[in-house]
Amino acid sequence: MIETGEILQTMRMIQEENFDIRTITLGINLLDCSDENLQRCAERVYDKICRTAANLVHTGQEIEIEFGIPIVNKRISVTPVSMIAQGDPVPIARALDRAAKEVGVNFLGGYSALMHKGATKADERLLASIPEVLSETQFLCSSVNVASTRAGINMNAVREMGQIIKKTAELTADSDGLGCAKLVVFANAVEDNPFMAGAFCGAGEPECAINVGVSGPGVVKVALESVRGEPFDVVAETIKRTAFKITRVGQLVAKEASKRMNIPFGIVDLSLAPTPARGDSVAHILTEMGLEYAGAPGTTAALALLNDAVKKGGIMASNHVGGLSGAFIPVSEDIGMIEAAAAGALSLEKLEAMTCVCSVGLDMIAVPGDTSAETISGIIADEAAIGMINNKTTAVRIIPTVGKKAGDTVEFGGLLGHAPVMPVNEFGNKEFIARGGRIPAPIHSMRN
Amino acid sequence: MTKALISVTGLDSTGIIARVATKLSEMNINILDITQTILGGYFTMMMVVDLDGAHLRFDEIDQELQPVRDELKMTIHIQRMDIFDAMHRI
Repeated sequence: MIETGEILQTMRMIQEENFDIRTITLGINLLDCSDENLQRCAERVYDKICRTAANLVHTGQEIEIEFGIPIVNKRISVTPVSMIAQGDPVPIARALDRAAKEVGVNFLGGYSALMHKGATKADERLLASIPEVLSETQFLCSSVNVASTRAGINMNAVREMGQIIKKTAELTADSDGLGCAKLVVFANAVEDNPFMAGAFCGAGEPECAINVGVSGPGVVKVALESVRGEPFDVVAETIKRTAFKITRVGQLVAKEASKRMNIPFGIVDLSLAPTPARGDSVAHILTEMGLEYAGAPGTTAALALLNDAVKKGGIMASNHVGGLSGAFIPVSEDIGMIEAAAAGALSLEKLEAMTCVCSVGLDMIAVPGDTSAETISGIIADEAAIGMINNKTTAVRIIPTVGKKAGDTVEFGGLLGHAPVMPVNEFGNKEFIARGGRIPAPIHSMRN
Repeated sequence: MTKALISVTGLDSTGIIARVATKLSEMNINILDITQTILGGYFTMMMVVDLDGAHLRFDEIDQELQPVRDELKMTIHIQRMDIFDAMHRI
């Protein structure tokens, strides 16, 4: 029998500490929708998504009511569109956007290309269309994988992504470059990630799968309040215990959604995903450990401990763990990160260091509008190198906000939050980026 | 058996248990366990119930509890027991 204290703890986590299921993401394979006739391809894509995801939102709502746990987002990830588009991918983008609207999800990810080793013709067409597509669609998210530990870094793609990010920012300038918030550049992208903007349904995935991302930085923060001043052994243990509880609920929700929709359970992503709401911040876990702000000396160590303890606690709570699994440190989506950036405690370089030890990368960072495409490419290359060498996923989601300079504020609204524009290192790298080609895979990629 | 937890919290007054239990009985929901306490005039009750006999859907049961909430001015939550089992038992 469950004790009253345990029941109250669960209820407190949900009602006061912002514990929620961040997303149920339905992965859908679209490879069978490919067709030489683009119109027919777009129709097939639309029909398949509407058919497969018809009950997704309703099922999510049912589970929310019955289990008393908020499920903030219901989303869809699809096969990278460059793998199904035999011609101009824009009609497919429009079909995806319409389908997302029809089934009521808030984002659909997979307007993507995997080009870590090189680009196909379809990849090139897709890349060229990204700025236009992100400016005219509402629900679509795009991602491009430019590097992997196995293949090295495709520096042609890195160069091109700098220009595409700039163009996307310009086309969505009236919304402070919102298009760039829906565009991620990856190294070592994962195939079952449920989180946006980088979710897509990889080629190794089944026909469809339910992937769930949990959250709950507020719960971890509150748990750590009870061990103030204790050594790090105790801190790590406390985080592990909390992560276990959080993940168990993620597993329960994933299994239940899978059963009700008759779609196989894929993975639970063991993540601490913040929102701009107070009490839902990853940065505040770091400050609870004794740092004045995220970014103060010690931050990378604190984040390393946090990220590792979340995994250790979560891994036993779910029978399949996947996705990105770790702590997210988006700047605009985390009130503690926003405060740290505004106070000058957090620089782009410190963020880069932090990405070496957490689950993703430079995330939701607003930079001055006059930042050059080469500078952005250089930032992408650095981040990709960290991912490639350390055998981990890294990503760049950066927003050059047209007409704004360092110190200004940008407002994206909702879960995307707001952020101070951060200064970038402006020393030149034109000749470096102009080289192109491929940085070879590191020696430790040869594992066979 | 589909078990749910009903939690009732708020200022204490006469007849809270009776009112909630009557409503549950009307919906053919069997009470399996009750824990109740008063702390500083604050009433807290946890009921574990069996939903298998109920003739209503979960969301309808929740809606049926609304008049009881309004009448007693209490916070009443109903949620499946599985979430507590998942979180606190291996």
